Amino acid sequence: MRTQPIDQAAAALPPETRAAVYDGAKVGHEKRTKLLFDHYADPNRLRALAGEVKQHVVENLDSYLPQVEARLLANGAKVHWAATAASACEAVHAIMKARGATRLVKAKTMVSEEIELEGYLAERGIESLETDLGEFIVQLDHDHPSHIIKPIIHKNRRQIAETFEKNGLGAYNDEPGVITQRARQYLRHKYLEADVALTGANFVVAESGRVVVVTNEGNSRFCLAATRCHIVLVGIEKILPRDRDLALFLNLLARSGTAQQLTVYNEFVSGPRGSGQPDGPEEMHVIFVDNGRTDVLASECRDILRCIRCGACLNVCPVYRQAGGHAYRSVYPGPVGAVLSPLLLGKRFPEKADLPKASSLCGACNEVCPVNIPIPDLLLRLRDRAHEEGISSPGTPPMGAWAILATQPVAWRAALFGGRVMNHLPTGLIPVPALRAWESKRVLPPWRGGEFRTWLKMRRK
Amino acid sequence: MLTAGRTPLAGKRVQLMATCLCDAFHDDAARATVEVLEHLGCEVAFPEGQTCCGQPAFNGGDWHASRKVVRHAVRTFASADPVVVPSGSCAAMLFHGAALEFEHEPDLPEVVALGRRTWELGDFIVNGLGVRSWPGRFDARVALHRSCHTRGTGSSDAVALLLGSISGVRMVEFGEGEQCCGFGGTFSVAFPNISGAMGDLKLDHVRDAHPDILVSGDMGCLMHLGGIAAKEGKPIRTMHFAQVLRDALAGRP
Repeated sequence: MRTQPIDQAAAALPPETRAAVYDGAKVGHEKRTKLLFDHYADPNRLRALAGEVKQHVVENLDSYLPQVEARLLANGAKVHWAATAASACEAVHAIMKARGATRLVKAKTMVSEEIELEGYLAERGIESLETDLGEFIVQLDHDHPSHIIKPIIHKNRRQIAETFEKNGLGAYNDEPGVITQRARQYLRHKYLEADVALTGANFVVAESGRVVVVTNEGNSRFCLAATRCHIVLVGIEKILPRDRDLALFLNLLARSGTAQQLTVYNEFVSGPRGSGQPDGPEEMHVIFVDNGRTDVLASECRDILRCIRCGACLNVCPVYRQAGGHAYRSVYPGPVGAVLSPLLLGKRFPEKADLPKASSLCGACNEVCPVNIPIPDLLLRLRDRAHEEGISSPGTPPMGAWAILATQPVAWRAALFGGRVMNHLPTGLIPVPALRAWESKRVLPPWRGGEFRTWLKMRRK
Repeated sequence: MLTAGRTPLAGKRVQLMATCLCDAFHDDAARATVEVLEHLGCEVAFPEGQTCCGQPAFNGGDWHASRKVVRHAVRTFASADPVVVPSGSCAAMLFHGAALEFEHEPDLPEVVALGRRTWELGDFIVNGLGVRSWPGRFDARVALHRSCHTRGTGSSDAVALLLGSISGVRMVEFGEGEQCCGFGGTFSVAFPNISGAMGDLKLDHVRDAHPDILVSGDMGCLMHLGGIAAKEGKPIRTMHFAQVLRDALAGRP
């Protein structure tokens, strides 16, 4: 029997990679849980509240987006609306071109991965450099991030040291301190040479137009200090209604994502450098990216747009821990990615319709989600959608015959008793692929169909 | 996970949903359920027409097929008496999953009503009947696997409370208790490698705690974990908690 693509990817994953992913994810989850429950009497109430705030935003984007645009314009920023990945790339390129700029420094943004900005700009002679250490290593390796906030969770320090050596960043040395120092030395000069800084946004506040960017390396701050133009690339769902909502969301984001009370650097940028302000970029552009999000909004899975990209669901997910992020063939891996990635494809949904299957539906993702997204329910909805669209799914037993049996008690009882024949057949001869797949890893207990019913009947005589 | 408020209990008549796994493989868990309920003074009815809760097709994505089976369950368990299920997973299907797949169906109210009177066995004993401790004796080190579909319900704490109250039982904790065992119904056959690896991890943690018995409220998890252990030639003893409760009454370990 064919198994699912993600199961095959997990089986093919080098043990070293699996160990790196597993350990990184497990440690992240355990620290997160300890911190949240040490600091708050009832963190689940905070998750529920944050979920309600974001659900409110998602359901009222039509009024929040014009509000945030008006605020940003009033603050002196320019606002761009990008319906597709291509138009988002074009918007970045047009801004660069207008300034005659050829060098871009980037703080970490998943949206730039989503729209494949680096390749687009490279083809047009523009160098874009990742300044987040993990993303920098991904870029050196021509690799892809395998985690939303820990892009190199799949690499160990020896692999990173080899990458540095290969790229002329010093002789082999796998001390994390040395690696960081070397990256820092290399990047410092690049900030000074760059024309434009590109960041994402963790939140954009509707009432103030405040763009919030959090990092732990200070690279976002270097990007903004050294350049004269700041481009913000952000999904249209990243809105919060009020500044005061940030208290709840920054507390939850840092604890859920990196097990910190607060991320080390928190930038609050409302617009370009104003008169009387000594420094900061003189030009600011905010590009709101749709790229399939309004289709998600129109679907019954719109709850997924609450996501604040903390990665907690990846860390806790047993499937992610076994398969790693690349198995999801998507920018967004793990439970959130299994919902979001196929949805963002729009009509090309069938290409990733297998992702929602990659879950035992254990519900751990929902339990850790800082915005309480019912991820298992959304995975189930997408499974139903895939089935309705007639997309075949390897390994899932057909349910039609089973449904007939399970709605006809007489046939059901006959099958219960008749199934005993299985006890006398070698597994290889049993004509049910699912049973053979079961037996590949486990012993099947003896079939005792009908025994309970017989016992009950005898007892009641 | 609980989407609807509970229908309050009136009287001690219950309908037993034995589950298809007990019907086909694990008859003793169903027997123990009957004996435990009767010990508590319940009058246990067993609607003969029962088959399955509909979950395999629901999880498999064939909601059309699943709804047929849920409708059959609604007809079979039409009595207003509470439905008691020795499985957190099947119970969650009826009080949560079914409501999801019937969202746009005209008979949603009947489905929701069935969910509101459906109880997982441990939840029913502790939170329904108000039983807080269990008599008898059972001399064993017990590891309790908290099955995933009891997340967000009172079931796992209820079962831990009952087991821990039995004379002679020593509850042992094991690592990463919140992690899934890897069963997941059809997941176990569509993702055999990941499912098997998850089971191995769970077994490693359980064995490190040196229990005499691995106990759960879901035979699916135990069939999977016990099946892996047997396949590896290192079998472990597994029991449904109803079997422990029943055996404690007889004073045998």
